[in-house]
Amino acid sequence: MGYALNFNLIWRHFDKLWGGLLLSLELAVISIAIGIVIGLVLAVWYVSAGRIVRTIIAAYVEFIRNVPLILLVYLVFYGLPTVVDIAYSAPTSFVVTLSLYSGAYLVEVFRSGLEAVPRGQLDAGKAIGLTPWQRLLNVRLPTMLRITLPALSNTFISLFKDTSVASVISVPELTYGAQWINFNTFRIVEVYLVVTAMYLVTGYIMLFALRLVERRFRAAR
Amino acid sequence: MSTSSTNIPALLDVTDVSKSFGTVQVLRSVSLQVARGEVVTVIGPSGSGKTTLLRCVNFLESYDSGSIRIDGKEVGFRETGARQRRSERDLAVMRAETGMVFQSFNLFPHLTAAGNIMLGLTKVRGKSRAEARTIAEHWLGRVGLAHKADSLPAELSGGQQQRVGIARAVAMGPKILLLDEITSALDPELVGEVLEVVRSLAEDGMTMVMVTHEMAFARDASSRIIFMADGGVSAAGPPAEILAADTDNERLRTFLARFRASHF
Repeated sequence: MGYALNFNLIWRHFDKLWGGLLLSLELAVISIAIGIVIGLVLAVWYVSAGRIVRTIIAAYVEFIRNVPLILLVYLVFYGLPTVVDIAYSAPTSFVVTLSLYSGAYLVEVFRSGLEAVPRGQLDAGKAIGLTPWQRLLNVRLPTMLRITLPALSNTFISLFKDTSVASVISVPELTYGAQWINFNTFRIVEVYLVVTAMYLVTGYIMLFALRLVERRFRAAR
Repeated sequence: MSTSSTNIPALLDVTDVSKSFGTVQVLRSVSLQVARGEVVTVIGPSGSGKTTLLRCVNFLESYDSGSIRIDGKEVGFRETGARQRRSERDLAVMRAETGMVFQSFNLFPHLTAAGNIMLGLTKVRGKSRAEARTIAEHWLGRVGLAHKADSLPAELSGGQQQRVGIARAVAMGPKILLLDEITSALDPELVGEVLEVVRSLAEDGMTMVMVTHEMAFARDASSRIIFMADGGVSAAGPPAEILAADTDNERLRTFLARFRASHF
């Protein structure tokens, strides 16, 4: 036994981890932003559409939710360019994948939120003469947002952690940085201890910030 | 002001309206005329179609046949050609002409008391925010809540929320105000403050149709009472006539007897 912890090599290559963390955050933020757009548009469409559109949207959601993310990442990075004539870098490919992935989860969050808006509020919006579009923007979406905030926070944190899957296609994010240091220094325990702490602290800061937002909005209910 | 004259067209003209939910017929050929400035109360046992009738007047519910006109204009359907539902945009325009106050208040929870009133004024009436704010404050004053303009619904009592609900409806300047059991969800001690507001609007000449179980209020404040049973109008007339204990309409007599037994 007698494995002596030695963090010196980790600190020497810490720029790999720090740069990786920043890239992880960047991947998460961009993908979540695109996912929010996908989720909102499809959720609003879903609750007002007929059976065919609903079925198509549900199929997209079920497909994404029942296939492991890592498979989707391979599919988009290796599979898609061989079928259609497109080329993209690994980070771009991953952003495409995670956007589609987060979109599917966010459709579900937004859809259930939209359906949870009390009917009476929509009636009140109708009664003062708001058009359907005005009711959506001024009544339904604001209430939906308040209802879904806690679920949104959880989804965001989860998606941030999912950026670690990008390491399988050599996107130099945080987990990839950890693997690189591990391969080059063999300080496996140290590097994963440090990386775990980095995920933990970042995730916790995100959660804390989102809880602050939630509290602000809850006060405004 | 309380009687409808035959040569002045009614402000609200409901003619032969029928409606079914699936196989259940909830309105059976209902007809009802309300003149400008009249206060008409609709009473009846639960399930008699009172609320549905009210919701048809501003087309929150569609009706299968018959016609509902406000100021001569058909509410939910196009007036030329075959019976065809109005576009959502036209419906919104029509609905802005009626005000509605709900049993469960239905305030917008993310907006302050003033914000609730301002939403329709800015989005539907095209007022600037400053104008809308002035109007909102005026009506909040009228319902005794000037000091609550910046409170959120969650910070208000039920009675206060309902008074904001009334202010939201009347601030739009509707031709007619629909009140759907507006005190039923309130604690007994809060009922009076809400009815007081309704009374003062009636004194101002606001045309109102209300569904209520407050018989004493109906007797004092309304020009006419409609008794509905099984989706149809069973009796209609001035309060003294309808609420008389010795009416020869048997259903009405049973309803009133049961009502007195449970409320006194």
